[in-house]
Amino acid sequence: MNKGLSWFTWSALIVGFSFLYLPIILLILFSFNESKLVTVWGGFSTKWYVELFNNQGLMNAAWVTLKVAFVSSTVATLLGTMSGVMLTRFGSFRGRTLFSGMIYAPLVMPEVITGLSLLLMFVAISWDRGFATVTIAHITFSMCYVAVVVQSRLATFDHSIEEAAMDLGCPPGRTFFAITLPIILPAVVSGWLLSFTLSLDDLVIASFTTGPGATTLPMKIYSQVRLGVTPEINAVSTILVGLVAVGVLVASVISRRSEANRLRDERLAVAET
Amino acid sequence: MNQKHQDTKAPAVEYLDSSSTDSVPGTLEGFHKQLQLLPPYRWLSQAIAGSGISARGLLIATPYLWLLLFFLAPFLIVLKISFSEYAIAQPPYTALFEWVDDIYIQVKLNLENYQLLYEDSLYWRAYLNSVKIAGISTLLALLVGYPLAYGMTRAPRHWRLALLMLVILPFWTSFLIRVYAWIGILKKEGLLNLLLLNLGVIDQPLTVMNTDIAVYIGIVYSYLPFMVLPLYASLEKMDDSLLEAAADLGCRPIKSFWQITFPISIHGVIAGCFLVFIPALGEFVIPDLLGGSGTLMIGKTLWAEFFSNRDWPLSSAVAVVLLLILVVPIVAFQKMQEKDKVA
Repeated sequence: MNKGLSWFTWSALIVGFSFLYLPIILLILFSFNESKLVTVWGGFSTKWYVELFNNQGLMNAAWVTLKVAFVSSTVATLLGTMSGVMLTRFGSFRGRTLFSGMIYAPLVMPEVITGLSLLLMFVAISWDRGFATVTIAHITFSMCYVAVVVQSRLATFDHSIEEAAMDLGCPPGRTFFAITLPIILPAVVSGWLLSFTLSLDDLVIASFTTGPGATTLPMKIYSQVRLGVTPEINAVSTILVGLVAVGVLVASVISRRSEANRLRDERLAVAET
Repeated sequence: MNQKHQDTKAPAVEYLDSSSTDSVPGTLEGFHKQLQLLPPYRWLSQAIAGSGISARGLLIATPYLWLLLFFLAPFLIVLKISFSEYAIAQPPYTALFEWVDDIYIQVKLNLENYQLLYEDSLYWRAYLNSVKIAGISTLLALLVGYPLAYGMTRAPRHWRLALLMLVILPFWTSFLIRVYAWIGILKKEGLLNLLLLNLGVIDQPLTVMNTDIAVYIGIVYSYLPFMVLPLYASLEKMDDSLLEAAADLGCRPIKSFWQITFPISIHGVIAGCFLVFIPALGEFVIPDLLGGSGTLMIGKTLWAEFFSNRDWPLSSAVAVVLLLILVVPIVAFQKMQEKDKVA
């Protein structure tokens, strides 16, 4: 029965993946279009990329976005990893239910509500909106994603390794850096990458929490897209998609290699005893 | 370093120290060791390592305070402002609490915003329409996602990881760009109409852009990975021999699908539906870019109320009611997940 793929499997895979990828492929293709008309092919050209790099407004927005993404994902990874460790390793502490609620709620909260609530708070404490407020907003929702990723990684590995280290007199902080962190590192790295792309991508929350001088790239793209499809936006999109694709591929190669190393080390450890 | 503790060292620490001399530079432990040469890092790590309890407290306090300050407090402020009145001022709402004669606190709880949401048909139609659009999109995503997830589990084992990566990859690329990509395809002089006209399937261009259909397509496309992943997880666990046994006993494939495969995957179906339905309900970008002026969705209404009308109290009330509506599916989902864990 399982010899080769049936026609059904083939067509399901082909239809499904074309649906997922065709729009992106078309977008990339038309970013190299000579013609200004997006649907008419006028020959291969990279002129939209040149134009893009001369567009000062877009470049400024890209720079702001990268800065926000870098700072917010780094802080979010720190806070998120702490939260993940708390949820899996600290047993019950006071206010644990509230804490895990606050970790999971932002994941399902509509962006319009998150954005609105943060803005209203910044106004209430009369904090001028700008780079800092966008970054804080991004840290807040990204750290919850990191916490979930780290938590699921921590849940799958054997707690007894840490207990063994501590039984042998290794202090908790040291145990964390020597044992726990190397094991959960792939999760921490993918949490960082996830936060980075979430921040890079966010339109709604940034629109609410930003102020003058801190317009992000998605906001810029959004205001241009409302006026219609332009090859320039296709070019920006292509660069963003390319960056993310390369990042994800590199991350998956790293995580697979570290997994292989860990398995090898474990096998060696077993062989030595 | 660590001279003082030399003689009181515990065996594990000693082991780590001895192994660190030949530990590969570049590993985290090696990095930690190198950083120990810097006094501030050494003091910090010693302070943290030396006082187990306070470090634990510190560790709990930091993310906890962050979330209290930037997640819970803002939400309470939304709740508060939803009970205040619109005013032409900066910020544009009246105060909820006021001191009267320095002795009393006067609390003005203004329910008008909620009353308006109830009375003005625009708002409850927007809520109902959001539920309808999210519901239909969820069913469509199931129809598209199920065959895909099924096909993935039937594919050769060594393909599966790559196929899984291919499903996840679009999720990492920009949401805005993925929605934008559909504008070029769906608009009147877009690629879809061009293709269909050239093939002779239609002789008048279809109007898909700026209709509810475009919104369905956008939501299904954007949230498909959320549907496929839980379906794949539940279908992968299925034992093929069940289907073989059914076939041996003369069961037709379609019947064995409904009798065996579908019931086994039901948890994946429910999880996938929740994961698409919940975010779709409050969606703003997709109805705004792909939908038309007639496409009512509550996320769009909130946005317009806030940015165009600058009515902050009313948009806060819209947000509070939207959350109350969302609580139902979220709690149901949580209950189901817990039941799964027990079972």
